[in-house]
Amino acid sequence: MSTLAVLPVLLPLAAAAASTLLYRSLRAQRVIGVVATSSLVAVSLMLFLRVWDEGIVVVRMGDWPSPIGISFVVDLFGAIMVVLASITGAATALYSVRGIDKERQSFLYFPLLHVLLMGVCGAFLTGDIFNLYVWFEVLLMSSFVLLALGNERKQLEGAIKYVTLNLMSSALFLTAIGILYGTFGTLDMADLSRRLASTERTGVVTTLSMLFLVAFGIKAAIFPLFFWLPASYHTPPFAVSAIFAGLLTKVGVYAIIRVFTLMFPIDPGFTRPLLLFLAAMTMLTGVLGAAAQHEFRRVLSFHIVSQIGYMLLGLALATPLALAGSVFYIMHHIVVKANLFFIAGLADRIRGTSDLRSPGRVSVYARAPLIALVFFIPAMSLAGIPPLSGFFAKLVLVRAGLEIGEWAVVTVALLVSILTLYSMTKIWAEAFWKGPDRNEDEPESVERVPPTMVLPVAVLALITVVVGFLAGPLFGVATRAADQLLDREAYAEAVLGPERGSRP
Amino acid sequence: MNSIILRTATRFLMPLILVFSVVIMLQGHNKPGGGFIGGLLAAAAFSLHALAFDPRETRAALRFDLRTIIATGLLVALGAGIAGPLVGKPIFTGVWTVVAIPGMGEIHLGTPLLFDLGVYIVVIGITVLMVLSLVEQEDAPASSSSKQEGR
Repeated sequence: MSTLAVLPVLLPLAAAAASTLLYRSLRAQRVIGVVATSSLVAVSLMLFLRVWDEGIVVVRMGDWPSPIGISFVVDLFGAIMVVLASITGAATALYSVRGIDKERQSFLYFPLLHVLLMGVCGAFLTGDIFNLYVWFEVLLMSSFVLLALGNERKQLEGAIKYVTLNLMSSALFLTAIGILYGTFGTLDMADLSRRLASTERTGVVTTLSMLFLVAFGIKAAIFPLFFWLPASYHTPPFAVSAIFAGLLTKVGVYAIIRVFTLMFPIDPGFTRPLLLFLAAMTMLTGVLGAAAQHEFRRVLSFHIVSQIGYMLLGLALATPLALAGSVFYIMHHIVVKANLFFIAGLADRIRGTSDLRSPGRVSVYARAPLIALVFFIPAMSLAGIPPLSGFFAKLVLVRAGLEIGEWAVVTVALLVSILTLYSMTKIWAEAFWKGPDRNEDEPESVERVPPTMVLPVAVLALITVVVGFLAGPLFGVATRAADQLLDREAYAEAVLGPERGSRP
Repeated sequence: MNSIILRTATRFLMPLILVFSVVIMLQGHNKPGGGFIGGLLAAAAFSLHALAFDPRETRAALRFDLRTIIATGLLVALGAGIAGPLVGKPIFTGVWTVVAIPGMGEIHLGTPLLFDLGVYIVVIGITVLMVLSLVEQEDAPASSSSKQEGR
């Protein structure tokens, strides 16, 4: 039985119910939060190993045969994403124990976190396009509440932009699904993949693919639909923006990659130039926007946008090597990005401000040199300095671009890399290095940073270093995931069985 | 709202609506209805109560905290889902058993009903929570007293 494949959804659901039941005890909610998310890491690793050994795992809900019922289809890419989601979730849960104030915790912060994780994992696992929409809604609903929880003025301001744009994207997504179902009469992605491959109604197919691109593009924050992201991600507590930064846009990227490999494979005449252009613009605008910002998390938010461009680039190039580069890039990016937001929270505690122009109470380097060092790892990795994970991710993408002679976009990618380095050194110099003038004594006692907030940061930094040193084997994993993504028929066959000559 | 007509009518209507909501939930297996719509009906009954009397009395009449109700409903639905794997079938597969009741013949009981029951409970919990929060927000003077319980 492959119940293992649905556990990443059931476990957070059970944890959400249990911690709601224990709403009186914050301590119990914290314990459940950390234990459940850590077990989720274990479960997702087991699932990954299972998929690695046995190939695509299919679970049919309620024993209904595909394509009538809804099935969970776990291929390597999905399994990798679930592992990354669970790692980010566990780090966030631990960080939240002390990083989220008691009032928010007593308003069911932890159950919401579990529901968010459930939605993210569900989206990565499902093999049904309407079910994918449902998981998107699950994660969006809880993210709306998490974003607004606390009712601070700037939070509500950010939440309004976030909610409005995401609802628009959901409406487009639903419209696209409606047309898809009306035209092809199925919602199972494997079945759709076969029907779309053999259809002659190319006009409808192109229209649909563009609708999906816009719908997921808003969620993934690609150019020119990204502006909600830097407007909202710096408003909630640090733990919340870390898990948003790590996971939410990546669900959008996942959906784009899934849809544009399984259902609408990249068309070199039309989709490729379009996606290449979008990828280049996303990278550029993101990084230029970041250069103009002076708030720690706003800089990081713009960098999310710019990084999304790299992931899109791998998909647009559509060679096996490029797609593997995208997968590897996501692996590296989720860990690094969540960690940078966590560290922003630590720096804010130590300095008393997130404004990069203000000297703050004390320089982070003077007070906590180890934390400053730990910032250095993900920051340099983001910029792509060897031997950290980001270097290999970019190397692969650049090489894939050169192989098929896309010089322009490769130039952009390299330029963006340098500008990323500029932003990271800006943060380093302003927030970590500079401090108030030496002569003034420090009468205020600086808040101590609790170990439960340092531990997740340290572990994620360690993962970044390990990914850098194990880049070879991990890239092998990414390559196999990419090969699986490009083999549409294998996916369809795992779900539906071998193709018959004529189907009813 | 302070209306003796509404209050008296509510006393009669509430039991009727609640019974009807259970009927709707039960018939949902084969006919229009189900846990979601049944839960909405029951929540409507409690909302009526809150309008006719006082939100505080409605909370008291529910006996359990709304958060407990939501969590219980989730767990019931989840239990219906994992019954499948327990007998070696995929998740959410219906598991049926026949219960003989003396004088009434046999009835088929299964996990789809349990799942509907879970949905019914969750929908009551969440809808009443939303309605009560809004009613209380209106009653509370601008102070933070509306924050006292879950919104």
